Amino acid sequence: MFEDLRDLYQEVIFDHNRNPRNFRVMDNADRKVEGFNPLCGDRLTLFLKMDGDTITDASFQGSGCAISTASVSLMTEIIKGKTETEAEALFKTFHEMTTGKDPDIQLEAVGKLAVLAGVRDYPARVKCATLAWHTLDAALKNETQAVSTE
Amino acid sequence: MTYPIATIRADFPILAEKIRNKPLVYLDNAASCQKPNAVIDAISHFYRHDYANIHRGVHTLSVRATDKFEAAREKVRVFINAASSKEIIFVRGATEAINLVAQTFGKANIKAGEEIVITAMEHHANIVPWQMLCQQTGAVLKIAPMNTQGELIYEAFEALLNDNTRLVAVAHMSNALGTINPVQKIIAAAHAKNIPVLLDGAQALPHAAVDVQALDCDFYVFSGHKLYGPSGIGVLYGKQALLEAMPPYQGGGDMIRTVTFAQSTYAGLPHKFEAGTPAIADVIGLGAAIDYLNSIGMATIAAHEAKLLAYATEQAQHIKSLRIIGEAEEKGAILSFVLERIHPHDIGTMLDSLGIAIRAGHHCAMPVMDFYQVPATARASFAMYNTKEEVDVLMAGIKGLIEAFG
Repeated sequence: MFEDLRDLYQEVIFDHNRNPRNFRVMDNADRKVEGFNPLCGDRLTLFLKMDGDTITDASFQGSGCAISTASVSLMTEIIKGKTETEAEALFKTFHEMTTGKDPDIQLEAVGKLAVLAGVRDYPARVKCATLAWHTLDAALKNETQAVSTE
Repeated sequence: MTYPIATIRADFPILAEKIRNKPLVYLDNAASCQKPNAVIDAISHFYRHDYANIHRGVHTLSVRATDKFEAAREKVRVFINAASSKEIIFVRGATEAINLVAQTFGKANIKAGEEIVITAMEHHANIVPWQMLCQQTGAVLKIAPMNTQGELIYEAFEALLNDNTRLVAVAHMSNALGTINPVQKIIAAAHAKNIPVLLDGAQALPHAAVDVQALDCDFYVFSGHKLYGPSGIGVLYGKQALLEAMPPYQGGGDMIRTVTFAQSTYAGLPHKFEAGTPAIADVIGLGAAIDYLNSIGMATIAAHEAKLLAYATEQAQHIKSLRIIGEAEEKGAILSFVLERIHPHDIGTMLDSLGIAIRAGHHCAMPVMDFYQVPATARASFAMYNTKEEVDVLMAGIKGLIEAFG
């Protein structure tokens, strides 16, 4: 029935939506930032544990659509062990991938996150995928103010 | 008589569109309705043959445009049964109409500590203008609560009315829930305490005949685009005595009688509130929409939509993980719902891939979402051109996406 959506709703996305990874409050978090998409009501809190400039643990709480839940779930997996610089570079590539500015983008660079590349054909849903990353960006910049996509 | 659904559908050219290679099933009518040929042609004809500015100049086209424009005002007057066309003010939409009342009537009559009563189910357009007024004047906004079915708790509303209440402003029909408020009772209770009442008719007017004199409301506002007319045009109805006592809203051409650098005097109704060149063609388009609705009959349309809503509600109740948001006894053709573990935005995108247009979001009624503790809802809203078969397509889509999510 939903053949046309296969690029957007891949099985990995359904899986992360059903069983989000790192979905927990982190009591001893070094960084904690809230992200909010007022247009659709997606809301998440991102927690980071840092060792120097390395992210040693990441978790989240909140509620959102399948795209935003899968995006933040995948993100918390992939950023563990990354330095701040590496995470920022990943954000940049992810952003370019989802906003579709570079058609020749190397999807290998983003690993598993490539499953979210499909959102570039759905402009109304791009913010669902990028909310997690904007929130991470704020956390890495040590901002404590809530992030809004609008 | 059978409802002329085939003829009606043929009157709306967009309904023949394919969306993502599927026939369009347009169920976002509470956000905006599609336009019949009668409206599209009236606007096109006006620009091709009759266009000029109105209320100025003696040349033929200006006279012709003015006549058509004022004829549309008269159509609106008859449609809502206002006593005089002086009571029909053209504005950009229901939102501007409410802002106009807040900034003119409100500023002139509502002082610090005095109260405005709205309900818990209002659209942002009937909340924010009053909050802005309260910030400017120190007036206080009171919110009449609703029950979990989405109905106004009437006794609680009545208890809010007191000697300090200066205005009641309520939705005739809720856009997020479909609830039709007991406006006659509300108006009677408010008038018993000499409190004027504004009705936000943006949702109600397209679905049932409205008689502002029978209702005895003091203000009634609506948008053209929800009434199968153009966007960017709407109407403020106000009782003549109230409108006459109100200061003007915007200053400019058309709303004055005389201007000197020392002082200006203002035009009479309705022009006092219509500064600048209005959306002339869109007013004429709105007039054409009203003619079209009258040709079918509001009672006929209401009966058709009631049947659709009853059928859709019954079908929706068969879907286990679906919860209807808004189950008022008195309800217009809106089916707001949530699905267990599936966000409304996913519902919206998945249905769109089947050619079905619904609204997913907070419907400009964030307090309603907070009340039900949901971030958003999916909303299917029906219009005169929707069919039972389209409800079936919607329900099959919902069942399919529940399965896809697993």
